[in-house]
Amino acid sequence: MQFDPFVIPFNVGLYFILIYAVVRSVIWFRGLSRPDKLRLQRGFFGRSFGQSIREIFMESLIHRRIFKASPRLGYMHMSLAFGWFLLILFGTLEADIFGEKHLNPPYKAIFFKFFNPDHGRSGLEAVWAFLMDFLLAFILSGLLLAVIKRVWSRVVGMKKTTKLKALDKVAMLSLWSVFPSRLLAESFTSGAYGTGSFLTGSLGSWLSSFLPAHEMAYPFWWLYSLSLGAFFILLPVTRYMHIPSELFLIFARNSGIRTGDRAGAFTEMQIYSCSSCGICIDVCQLNFSTGITNIQSAYLLKGIRNDKDVSDIAFNCLMCGRCDQNCPVGIELTPIRMIQRRAGEPQLKAKSLLKRYFPDNPVVQPLKNGTEPAFAFLKPQEPEKTDVLYFAGCMTHLTPSIKNAMISILEASGVKYTFIDKDGGVCCGRPLMLAGQTKEARELINFNSELIWKSGAHTLVTSCPICYKIFKESYYLDVEVLHHTQFIKDLIDEGILKLNFSRKKVTYHTPCDLGRGSGVYDEPKEVLRHVVRLQKTDADDENAPCCGGSLGNMKINHHQRHKIAVDAVRMLTVKDPDILATSCPLCKKTLAAATGTRVADIAEIVAEAIVPADPVKRFTDPLHRMKQPVI
Amino acid sequence: MDKFGFTILKARHINYDANDKSVAEYICEHEPTFRVCIECGCCTATCTTGNFTSLSLREINILIKRGELARVNENLKKCMLCGKCTLVCPRGVNTRNVITLAREALKNKFKDAV
Amino acid sequence: MGRRVVVIGAGAAGMEAAGQLAKAGCSVTLVEKEEETGGNVRNWYHLFPDHRDSKEVISYLDSRVAHKNLTLITGTTVEDMEQDHGQFILKTGDGMALEADAVVVSTGFDLFRSERKEEYGYGIYDNVISSADLEKMFRKGEVLRHDGEIPRRIGLVHCVGSRDEKVGNPYCSKLCCVTAVKQAMELKKKLNTARVFCFYMDMRMGGALYEELYRESQEKYGINYIRGKVSEVSENFDNRLVVKVEDTLAGRPLKMELDMLVLMAGMEMSESGARLARAAGLKTGENKFFAIADHHFGSNKSELNGIFYAGTCTMPMNITETISHARAAVADVLDYLNTLSG
Repeated sequence: MQFDPFVIPFNVGLYFILIYAVVRSVIWFRGLSRPDKLRLQRGFFGRSFGQSIREIFMESLIHRRIFKASPRLGYMHMSLAFGWFLLILFGTLEADIFGEKHLNPPYKAIFFKFFNPDHGRSGLEAVWAFLMDFLLAFILSGLLLAVIKRVWSRVVGMKKTTKLKALDKVAMLSLWSVFPSRLLAESFTSGAYGTGSFLTGSLGSWLSSFLPAHEMAYPFWWLYSLSLGAFFILLPVTRYMHIPSELFLIFARNSGIRTGDRAGAFTEMQIYSCSSCGICIDVCQLNFSTGITNIQSAYLLKGIRNDKDVSDIAFNCLMCGRCDQNCPVGIELTPIRMIQRRAGEPQLKAKSLLKRYFPDNPVVQPLKNGTEPAFAFLKPQEPEKTDVLYFAGCMTHLTPSIKNAMISILEASGVKYTFIDKDGGVCCGRPLMLAGQTKEARELINFNSELIWKSGAHTLVTSCPICYKIFKESYYLDVEVLHHTQFIKDLIDEGILKLNFSRKKVTYHTPCDLGRGSGVYDEPKEVLRHVVRLQKTDADDENAPCCGGSLGNMKINHHQRHKIAVDAVRMLTVKDPDILATSCPLCKKTLAAATGTRVADIAEIVAEAIVPADPVKRFTDPLHRMKQPVI
Repeated sequence: MDKFGFTILKARHINYDANDKSVAEYICEHEPTFRVCIECGCCTATCTTGNFTSLSLREINILIKRGELARVNENLKKCMLCGKCTLVCPRGVNTRNVITLAREALKNKFKDAV
Repeated sequence: MGRRVVVIGAGAAGMEAAGQLAKAGCSVTLVEKEEETGGNVRNWYHLFPDHRDSKEVISYLDSRVAHKNLTLITGTTVEDMEQDHGQFILKTGDGMALEADAVVVSTGFDLFRSERKEEYGYGIYDNVISSADLEKMFRKGEVLRHDGEIPRRIGLVHCVGSRDEKVGNPYCSKLCCVTAVKQAMELKKKLNTARVFCFYMDMRMGGALYEELYRESQEKYGINYIRGKVSEVSENFDNRLVVKVEDTLAGRPLKMELDMLVLMAGMEMSESGARLARAAGLKTGENKFFAIADHHFGSNKSELNGIFYAGTCTMPMNITETISHARAAVADVLDYLNTLSG
């Protein structure tokens, strides 16, 4: 027996999805920018190939990162992905070794039992049959968890599960029916022939004791084939598209392609690689502190995939980066959200079926040109020449203790500095960026850049992580940009700042824009270790909560912000510290309103610890950062 | 008909009944905290842009409520969205979002809108 | 001896209530956490609206509690309260167990800690002081800057820690406006040449003779009133304070240099009151003060039978209102005790 009509749905589905994958890959590749194409070519045929293969194994099959986040959820994903992979692999080998001939068409492996009902009675055959039953049981256990997750998500360690659209549900049901129908088909066949191992054999002989096994088997083989076929056909227009997309994404990412600030093929790959696993919902503070459960990254990406108006979702986000940090697929969620914020008004249109299979690359409206400048009232400034510029930042003016602490530190350091925004300055531009107004932000960036350039300074120190991030990312400056914690660390390292040690217990809260946003984790902690006893908590470094004050969110009210702050404080003060330290004026203000514990910026703690220096011993440029004067 | 009696200078009045309050309604719908402003001026006082130009957030707030939109439009685009106003507001008005919404709402009302 | 009543807190309300109850024949124990009685009244110099010295009020209150039926315990707090068959057992910080048939809670208020409003620079700039600090200066007889200079320009900021969502106190403390008016007048009395500015959001002059005081402050003392909430305070190179405020009536931002800034701190549920509420399971309201049973008929009653409230532990009140409220509490307590004997 070589063929039976029931294999047709499976075959149609399989060849469809294979051809589709190739076509879509070509479309994606063509959609990449020229440098990214070169990167991908070099990456695919270069060293990162092995890295990608390893990552595909670890993440797409084993799902290591999901395991780390939640072992039960990880098991669910692993049993389905890795289990199915092994089932296909060993099924193919089985068909190859025990089948009538070698190099069979794929359906012969998938429906092996139907074509070889007598297989598995003894010896190696029986061992193999046991293995296949074991893998099927493995998958079914994961499937059971998946079903339970839909009904009651906490069982798999999740607090929330994503909501599905209609087509996703059909695809999900066809996926769900694949393995039970295989189980029943194989069991009935085994029952009829007295074969099968511990699972299909036992179930088969029990079923055949009261049912006509021979007649019952055939419809289930049809169901099995139909489920597979339907799943493959629907895959490109449902969330299961993440399975092939992730493979492509892994190669692209390992080749060094990044999201950047424009939409494009890489962004689209990422959007389609989201499996809606819901981990971003779990770690989102808007979810667990304020109960807002419809704006998380999984929903943003789903909305983009389905051509929904996502502008409300895009702006209702703290931009804290916790979801990026925890996304098991490694999608750059916050940059994608930034792109959406810049996108302006969406052009919504109903999609034809063809467009759903082959969507246009997301197009971002070009920036308005030729409009009047928004900030024409800013007149060019003539700053005095200096070595170090101190830019406190807007928010620091509301926390005078940070401002004063920095003045004491700068005075004690002896450097020649100018407090550039002593009487108030011009905003750094990041708030406008976060609001999606790039053109206006650029105006401020240009204005500030000119001022910084004219001052002739070699170092720019800021107290505000929001400013720091944009100075680093979007300004083209030939000065060293330092957050004040980095500046203080340099002063300590070079022996310029002498500090007393106190026995106070301190917990450090990493601000979003400094930590996850800019990768500055160590300098603040090293400074603190110099002056106090630094305590570790579970909310350290990249696990730090957002204070709730974020300028990234345009939508939430201050009661919701306060709830986030209260929860953040609870996470940070588990060890009952004497001081809750942070390094951001906005975090300080927001956290201080939510706790009785003293909240202080690192600059304040350092300023309090300064050993009064010998006033005679002053240096002109103790940091040796003198650079050639600017013409 | 001949005029009689005193001629009152109409331009002095806020013509409340005729003025367009749709922008205020739009903002209230999307940012309910807009309603609770008590015109204390804390936002204007702290305003980063206010150091350089005549932007007054408090004034914008009341003018929108009264439907005096022409003056609002002129000033709105000057805001740098730095967020200090929102941080200091004693009533918890999300001023930053009010500005963003006002820009949105005015986009369709004025040709040269922000 | 009659029924036993414990009164917690010997400020104006507690002293008045305890004295009245003792007179009515109850056996009263008055517990005070401080070594001295008098509570917040002791922090003030002259009182509005008639500039009476607060010492007169203190001596009145002292005379109320000097009664044979009244035992005063100072320097201890009530840590826990249990109810057993209509009997209350109060455990104090030093290990005593006080039995009572009824309890009057009169734990009063705390002044808002102005450090919490960091942008005003209290505890950061030497010449930013609180209204309570200024009263101490009045009592000492000299109002001076930190460097010993006589201040020539003084600002008073209303609503510090009141009507402010950002510090968690959305309510009006009611008395800061009139305190500012009173303090502004006293400043002018002490420092004739000084210029005094009040920065207000709304002038809330609802009490008896408040409006008259306000008018007098303009008419006789030339106090300047500027309508605008101060957003932030900084210090310039010669140690003078710079306040940023919008003159909302002129419609322009205003920057002003001052020698001294006085913050009119609002009233909050006292910390000891909050602790007692947690320990005894007493309800607190939205504004964190003790929740009264009814706004019209039960402003002295808690939700538990036998526990009564007196004074500013329920809401901001001036001394007149506090004493009246304490007397009303006594009526409720006696009424309750009667039902016990009946």
